[in-house]
Amino acid sequence: MTENVILDVRGLRKWFPIRKGLLRRIVGQVRAVDGVSFFIRRGETLALVGESGCGKTTAARCILRALVPTAGSIHFYVDDRKVDLATLPRRALRPLRRHMQMVFQDPYASLNPRMVVGEIIGEPLLINGMRNHAERRRRVQELMELVQLPPSTLNRFPHAFSGGQRQRIGIARALALNPGLVVADEPVSALDVSVQAQILNLMLDLQDRLGLTYLFVAHDLSVVKHVSDRVAVMYVGRIVEVAATEALYAAPLHPYTEALLSAAPAPVPGMASNRIILEREIADPANPPPGCAFHPRCRHATANCREETPELREVAPGRFVACLRAEALTLRGIAEVTPAG
Amino acid sequence: MRPIPMAEPLLSVRDLQTHFTTPEGIIRAVDGIDFDVYEGRTLGLVGESGCGKSVTARSVLGIVEAPGRVVGGQMLLRTQAGDQVDLSKLVPDSAAYRAIRGPEIALIFQEPMSSFSQYYTIGNQIIESIRLHMGLDKRAARARAIELLDMVGVPQPSRRVDEYPFELSGGLRQRVMIAMALSCDPRILFADEPTTALDVTTQAQILDLLRDLQAKRGLAIILITHDMGVIAEMAHDVAVMYLGRAVETGPVADIFASPHHPYTRALLRSIPTVLAKPRTRLPTIAGSIPLPSARPVGCAFSPRCTEVLGDICAAAQPPPVVDGPRNVRCFLHGGAP
Repeated sequence: MTENVILDVRGLRKWFPIRKGLLRRIVGQVRAVDGVSFFIRRGETLALVGESGCGKTTAARCILRALVPTAGSIHFYVDDRKVDLATLPRRALRPLRRHMQMVFQDPYASLNPRMVVGEIIGEPLLINGMRNHAERRRRVQELMELVQLPPSTLNRFPHAFSGGQRQRIGIARALALNPGLVVADEPVSALDVSVQAQILNLMLDLQDRLGLTYLFVAHDLSVVKHVSDRVAVMYVGRIVEVAATEALYAAPLHPYTEALLSAAPAPVPGMASNRIILEREIADPANPPPGCAFHPRCRHATANCREETPELREVAPGRFVACLRAEALTLRGIAEVTPAG
Repeated sequence: MRPIPMAEPLLSVRDLQTHFTTPEGIIRAVDGIDFDVYEGRTLGLVGESGCGKSVTARSVLGIVEAPGRVVGGQMLLRTQAGDQVDLSKLVPDSAAYRAIRGPEIALIFQEPMSSFSQYYTIGNQIIESIRLHMGLDKRAARARAIELLDMVGVPQPSRRVDEYPFELSGGLRQRVMIAMALSCDPRILFADEPTTALDVTTQAQILDLLRDLQAKRGLAIILITHDMGVIAEMAHDVAVMYLGRAVETGPVADIFASPHHPYTRALLRSIPTVLAKPRTRLPTIAGSIPLPSARPVGCAFSPRCTEVLGDICAAAQPPPVVDGPRNVRCFLHGGAP
């Protein structure tokens, strides 16, 4: 497993204290991320999937050290050495930041409206010591070509661009310093469908050309199917299943993955007839149910699921699942059907 | 699929035009849309941003925000009393229009949080509309509110009725909004992106609820969405919209099986789907949606279209070409002068 790994996350935990009263005493903890382990190989895309509040964004932010983890380790392999991002002091972190960059969800909010495109894309270069103006300009133009933005738009402000073009600017900025790891948090969910496809294709092309590694955070299983090599599914702060994309969609091992796949609307009329509709709501991460957090909504839960917390374990090569009954269940995947159109 | 009553339409919209007069010029948000709404059927209005799908709903309900105004067309509504009313002739703020909104046509929005007042309990907000429209006294209205919450699947409705919107999850808020919309027994429900802000498993619950309510009450639903997956699942008929016009309408199975308009074809091909092989590139639509103020002359899709028929597409608006239950605006299918 450890072959060619770029990121190895073990037991990652991020709790947010709930404070109340005059003395701001801690009365509880929101367990946003509660013991998450996964790894990413160099050059692959791992998708971190889940519904709102499952902790996928918090986990991504911990990896970038936008948040300081409560516990756990985040081993990042860079320049032939291994560093633990979870415990590294801020000052030691700075030179590493160029190796991990982020693409944001909202291309309208993530670009400074007072800077022209050339400045936005060139800013990381300037900060990291490329002071020569002509050199910087050359690199910016190279990056704009890479993401297929017309170089003539170098001196325009973000408002002159469509959502899709803005996302291209955001990607160019993220790639400016040749990062090893790109964390993309819902990079296409704010875009129109006809533009989504353009950005997804671009991300795939850039990965092939530059050997990028993506951590792709998303809620949309259709989008994830198109970009990822492997998928990790999260539920209430924990990973419930990790597998190669094809295998996970064809034959999920966790009942939550099964329900999630079943709920994803496919653009084929009449497909939804035997959908699994989960009862109740996602558990509260401040007060997760005992045992398996999914058990109150699970069709397959037994008494034991209420008491024992399932650990993520490898049940077949490359297939990880956190379900006590994984071996006993046969779950429904998505049938391979030729899509309409 | 269950048999579908296909009597007279409850609502017939013809050549609806809603324009916004701005300092930059007139924006034709809705520029000639036709559709019919039938009892017990769901019409899907699908399109990307700026296509005018939400403005269409607001036009029918008479709640277009200034400086927008319905400037042309017909919206014939058959009321529950059996009268025929042309909504385009009514004054949006009038008592006559208020008698339509709620008892005849209701609307649910995408973001349930911003649609409620944060200062009143959900019960108070439902009771208010019941008392306003149905003339029930306080106690009867409260009983009716609890009954409605129960109907839309809110657990423990007699307790929940006294809670504030912020105490509810997104899925529950959407259920409460549906309860409120149905409080005056409308026959037509506009649902504007009702599940876009929700998670997929919650979305499945809400879509299931809407289908169930439709089966029980014969509700006519106009479902507005950008999501072709939701359309495939919910709609009987579809109108595909692009920049203020319905480029193609017809039964859902036909549209998905053999889309006629190049935009519909391209849109269907470009959708990511769970059925795809991993790491496959999607066919794309070149360019992006023009700003409504920079609407192309002729067919609005022509600058992005791969099947243009020479100069005519950029010169003239293709008229609707009718073929049985289907209707397409594209010179490829006729209508060339």
